[in-house]
Order: sequence, then C-alpha cells, then structure tokens
Amino acid sequence: MTYTYIVLIFFAASLALDLFLTKVWLVTRRAFWTSYAIILPFQLLTNWWLTSRNIVMYRGGAIIGWRIASAPVEDLFFGFALILCVLTLWVSLGRRR
Amino acid sequence: MKWGYVAMLAFTVVGSFWLEVAFKVEVLRRAVRAFTSILPVAAAFLIWDAWAVHHRDWYFDIKQILGIYGPFRIPLEEYLFFIVVPLAAIMTLEAVRKVKPHWQIGDEG
Repeated sequence: MTYTYIVLIFFAASLALDLFLTKVWLVTRRAFWTSYAIILPFQLLTNWWLTSRNIVMYRGGAIIGWRIASAPVEDLFFGFALILCVLTLWVSLGRRR
Repeated sequence: MKWGYVAMLAFTVVGSFWLEVAFKVEVLRRAVRAFTSILPVAAAFLIWDAWAVHHRDWYFDIKQILGIYGPFRIPLEEYLFFIVVPLAAIMTLEAVRKVKPHWQIGDEG
C-alpha cells in the first residue's frame, strides 16, 4: 500500500501548501470547487481510458484495492493534490505583494 | 497501439486549449506564471513517479506507449502528463472566473 500512503502524504501536503505555506485558501473558494467539479468527470474518463485498457497498471500490493471507474481510488487523491498544488501556486503568483 | 497514452494527452489538450480562444483565459499568454506554477509541482510528482516506476508501484504497457523514455526510465508521456494536465486545470479555473467574474479567488488586483 505504498501508493496509498504516499498519495495521502501528497494530499496533505497540497492542503498545507494552500492553507499554511501560501495562505491562498483556494479550498474555501467557489471558483476552485466549481473548477474541480468540471475537472473530475474528465479525470474519471481519462483515468478509465488509461486503466481499463491496461495502458497503466498497478502492483496489487501498492494499492488498497478499491477501484472507481476501473482506476485505483488513490488516483482521485493524486489528481486532487496535483491540481490543488498547481492552482494554489498560480493564484499565489498572481497576488499583488 | 502505441498511441494509447498519447491519445489521452491529446484528448486533454483538445478538451481544454479551446478555452484559450473561446473564453480568452490567457493562460498560455501568461506562460511564465503558468510554468512557474507547474514546474515545482511537476518536479515533486516526477520524483515520486521515478520512485514508483523503480519499485513498480505502477508500470506501463510498452505496446501502448511511444517507447521514448526520459530520465529515471519514466516514459515521455508521463512528463507530458505533468504539463498538459496542470495547464488544463489552470485554463478551467480561469474559464470559470470568466463566467463568474464576481467569484473572488485571491489574486484580484
């Protein structure tokens, strides 16, 4: 379950980046959650493509084993962390200092 | 077919880059800000990717990727993933803001 553990660390780190390191607080914004609601179905679709066709495969011991649209549940946290980190930095860099 | 992973990347590009034109999100026009946002995050995820590929936490069907590898035996498609997906996310956020300009986000001047 190394993927499970590492993804939870990255997920926590993305929240820490948003809330404490940059203090952007993107997770409190409607624009963020609306964007995520648009992105999520596309993530599920593209992830389904990659995993159902076995383009990307996972070692059984690396994951907890729960799957959503053929992809490991870990991928949802992976996607969220990736997007939150990038968008937090994007907003942070656009702030007037 | 070796284009299996590339097809996913192409779909993501096609599905998001039109926002640059239709919604004038100006993400590509703010390339320095975009890539300064993306590169440190991509680097962190690629370090993880390198580790995961080495330990085979995940692996790729060599018949469905181009077979071009970058550093750490990571397929080219993975490197592109960490550029294409973040760009799509930024474009989505900026498109939402175009539609809902009163939804503040913290970088309003």
